[in-house]
Amino acid sequence: MTGNEAVAMGVKLANVGFISAYPITPQTTIVEKLAEMVANREIGARYVEVESEHSAMGAVFASELAGVRSYTATSSHGLLYMHEMLHWTAGQRLPVVMSVVNRSIGPPWNIWSEQTDSMNQRDTGWMQVYCESNQEALDTILMGYKIAESKDVMLPLMSMEDAFILSHTSEPVELPSQEEADSFLPRLDLPFRIDTGNPLGYGSYSTPDGPFMELKKDMMESMKNSRQAIKKVTREFADTFGRDYSGLLEEYMMSDADYALIASGTLASTGKYVVKNLREKGLKVGLLRIRFFRPFPDRELIEAVSGLKGVGVLDRSVSFGTAGSMTNEVRAALYGKADIPVAGFIAGLGGRDVRIEDFRKMYSMIADGFSGSTYINARGGE
Amino acid sequence: MPEEVNDMPFSIPREEFMEPGHTACHGCGATLAMRYVLKALGKDTVVSVPASCWAVIPGAMPNRTLNVPMVYTPFAATGASITGLRVAMDILGKEDCNVVGFAGDGGTADIGLQSLSGAMERGHNVFYIMYDNEGYMNTGVQRSGSTPYGAETTTTPVRAERNFKHQQKKVVADLMMAQGVPYVATATVAYPEDLIRKIVNAKKIAGPKFIQILSPCPTGWYFPTEKTIEISRMAVQSGMFPLYEYSNGKLRVTKPSKTISIRDYVSVQDRFMHLDEEDVSNLQSAVDQRMKNLLDRERETSGA
Repeated sequence: MTGNEAVAMGVKLANVGFISAYPITPQTTIVEKLAEMVANREIGARYVEVESEHSAMGAVFASELAGVRSYTATSSHGLLYMHEMLHWTAGQRLPVVMSVVNRSIGPPWNIWSEQTDSMNQRDTGWMQVYCESNQEALDTILMGYKIAESKDVMLPLMSMEDAFILSHTSEPVELPSQEEADSFLPRLDLPFRIDTGNPLGYGSYSTPDGPFMELKKDMMESMKNSRQAIKKVTREFADTFGRDYSGLLEEYMMSDADYALIASGTLASTGKYVVKNLREKGLKVGLLRIRFFRPFPDRELIEAVSGLKGVGVLDRSVSFGTAGSMTNEVRAALYGKADIPVAGFIAGLGGRDVRIEDFRKMYSMIADGFSGSTYINARGGE
Repeated sequence: MPEEVNDMPFSIPREEFMEPGHTACHGCGATLAMRYVLKALGKDTVVSVPASCWAVIPGAMPNRTLNVPMVYTPFAATGASITGLRVAMDILGKEDCNVVGFAGDGGTADIGLQSLSGAMERGHNVFYIMYDNEGYMNTGVQRSGSTPYGAETTTTPVRAERNFKHQQKKVVADLMMAQGVPYVATATVAYPEDLIRKIVNAKKIAGPKFIQILSPCPTGWYFPTEKTIEISRMAVQSGMFPLYEYSNGKLRVTKPSKTISIRDYVSVQDRFMHLDEEDVSNLQSAVDQRMKNLLDRERETSGA
């Protein structure tokens, strides 16, 4: 099935009660599939198509606050339009799960794969997972709710798929049974749901000396706690379903590597293929796949790069005026902790192909000790 | 006073859902609007409030003023939040719980209009109460789409250019009627029994309900704090804010027993003090035209 179908199956298996969304390419086939499941009574959820993404998250945050497990999906400009509500949902400590099909931001209009949309949401208080396969996209919905609803986390989670490369491409996907899913993911038990018998205010205002700063601090602490929850839930998932996503950071052929590329999403798949080829030629290279960008796997990275002679970071996003978003974070995490050059590569913007020869070039630049930031496969020089 | 108000079969419910100690300005019309709405709806009610005076009136964390759950939302999200609340309450088997959006005029006529229109179009069983103080009062009296012609605000400072608001008020209740919302009414705090009766009538309709409540604001309209009720009443008597009820496709306009001129109405509020005779006559014509339109509509719909 396609990535978007796999996501919809994940939502079905997660027993979501309320779905609200606004259509945007390439997210549409997720919400179409869900609307169809609701219409066929395959799932008991209520589906409401609203008039904007801002309203989709506006409806979802309110239903979650009432105690109903809620879901939405979006892409690109839709995610940007939702931005205010992302902060609100996280700040209300609501464990909503959302799918984001990573698509570029205009102008010019472009519907193809790029991660700038979700990178722009990194400070909203949402956990972020970048999936590499359709199977992972399905499994992350189930794991996502369980992580988000952990009592010492209570933060929302967004799960990313690359536009078209996953969303509209078929791959074999193993479907857990509903019974298996139910025993893995219990029903939502929100500790602070709306109750007319206990009338409280949800999200009122705080003066500078009120609880405002402590609430934000508490979100930071919960984000920290989520690292343990992610590891625990990923392990439980592996024990139950036999698929091990190895927590926040995946290591590929890293045990004796001298050089590594750090990538995410489907770019990591191409990277793994190239690593295998280069290994056959005797080059000691590996790959690190960032699954969770929030919380950021800084400790895991420091450990994984120890002993390496150089690394590079591949970004399918751009932060104008600095470098790629992941490059900046990796450099900050490794500063003073690992004495190696960190190259930054920006590639694949607007869905531009990142080819096997591009990966070879990146590995050879890393081996040459390149530590600057550059573009890959872009016209007009570097 | 409108005649039917005197014939009310019930008086104002005694039960209070608003505690003392709120932080509104003296003479605030919006606090009365909330108080009456909750008296009409009772305890089984959830209120969603966007950025507005009412996001501040209940007090800072951990204080509260209302004895019903209150969900605070970003400015543009009132309509969306009552969508989510309604569907969730239905899923949880709480179909009888009243879900109420309670937003100011900026949050309704301007930034929240899309979200409101969407929620009404989808037909959810919700109340949307617009408390209309005719400007962005919480942020310091700026012009909104619902500010009437002639008013001075901090973003329409009169000064040498006579830069008062030159556009007519955008009346959201009229928009909602045009959209086909099943129940639309206007009310104001000078007529609490009329207001409460409209909420009670609205409750009988299992669909979207929109009620616009004129809530005079001494701070932003520049009048003495003890004049709130008097000015609320004068708004109806002058035709500036006609009271009506639109239900099941029929419009019923409440004719005040006493009428006054626009000159009388504007002369008691300093926000209009700069208006000359021509400006007042412009406003009077617009008010007369709107009243005529409403009465025509009333005739058309009652004949149907």
